[in-house]
Amino acid sequence: MSEQWPLWEVFVRPRRGLAHGHVGSLHAPDPRMALQHARDVYTRRQEGVSIWVVPAAEITASSPDEKDAYFDPAADKVYRHPTFYEVPEGVDHL
Amino acid sequence: MSARSARSAPGRRVGDRAATDLVGYLLRLGDDALIAAQRLAEWSSRAPEMEEDIALTNIALDQLGAARALLTYAGELEGAGRDEDDLAYLRTDREFANCLLVELPNGDFAVTMAKLLFLAAYQHPLYGWLAGSADDRLAGIAAKARKESAYHLEHAALWTVRLGDGTDESHRRMRAAVDEVWPYTHELFATDDLLERLDKAGVAVNPAAVRDGWLDTVEKVLDEATLTRPVDGWTPGGGRRGLHTEHLSYLLAEMQVVHRAHPGATW
Repeated sequence: MSEQWPLWEVFVRPRRGLAHGHVGSLHAPDPRMALQHARDVYTRRQEGVSIWVVPAAEITASSPDEKDAYFDPAADKVYRHPTFYEVPEGVDHL
Repeated sequence: MSARSARSAPGRRVGDRAATDLVGYLLRLGDDALIAAQRLAEWSSRAPEMEEDIALTNIALDQLGAARALLTYAGELEGAGRDEDDLAYLRTDREFANCLLVELPNGDFAVTMAKLLFLAAYQHPLYGWLAGSADDRLAGIAAKARKESAYHLEHAALWTVRLGDGTDESHRRMRAAVDEVWPYTHELFATDDLLERLDKAGVAVNPAAVRDGWLDTVEKVLDEATLTRPVDGWTPGGGRRGLHTEHLSYLLAEMQVVHRAHPGATW
């Protein structure tokens, strides 16, 4: 094989009600085969009930160089955390 | 005794004709799965890509799992004290009842996929039928194997299409593979007295009845792969009666050597 198969990112939903989470990546020639490989590589031990595969080339990612510009400004904005409320008694999960 | 187990109880009596028939049938199914597993496992660490390596090994393990359940049941029903290991490791080629298709060498990747496509397109509907067998234990084994064979079928079909409808070279190889393996598919649907008796008893299906569905599945895949269905001609057979190609002897030698050199060894 002269060139390598494209890279796919794999997302698995561990069980109903939870969101798909990124579990890793793999190489495959097409989407159906990527799903099959993902099933073999990442759900061998009943890790999931649903799989997404996404071409890695289609993912737009933030750059490490932009880390300061992107994420530092949030550091001093504590008012964005919903911690300034009186939580009524008996409300456990807010 | 419950009504469910009473249904298959007549088959449990040793020496009974029905039990002998079922043992023979279980060996056919079990040996198909065992020899297919051994052949597929030869790809382990040698497949073209790591992901495909895992896929082929996974399919081999599915086949091995079915083989273990079928041979264990055959041994118990036979009542001669043979377990799955005795049946797998201590029989000679003349005592194996697998079809010739599964013992053929892997060839190149296209031949392996052609073999898997034809086998899975046969096992899938067969296990589907057997999941409703009058024999409860066989039905249980088949119900599990059926789900696994659906995946084997899809995997082989995807590759057949990809290679057939790929480059000139991949098309040439896939076509050669289909032509080479095709004659061996006829044996899958050959019938005999044992199959007819089991069919009448509702324990097994006469495989001739599965061929139309098989052809339907296979022809669709070949069509999508821009391949033509080979013409029916030569129909090699004899595997069910223990008459095999020379390839099985070499396969068994490798599969059985450790067990024969160290009988009863454990780890």
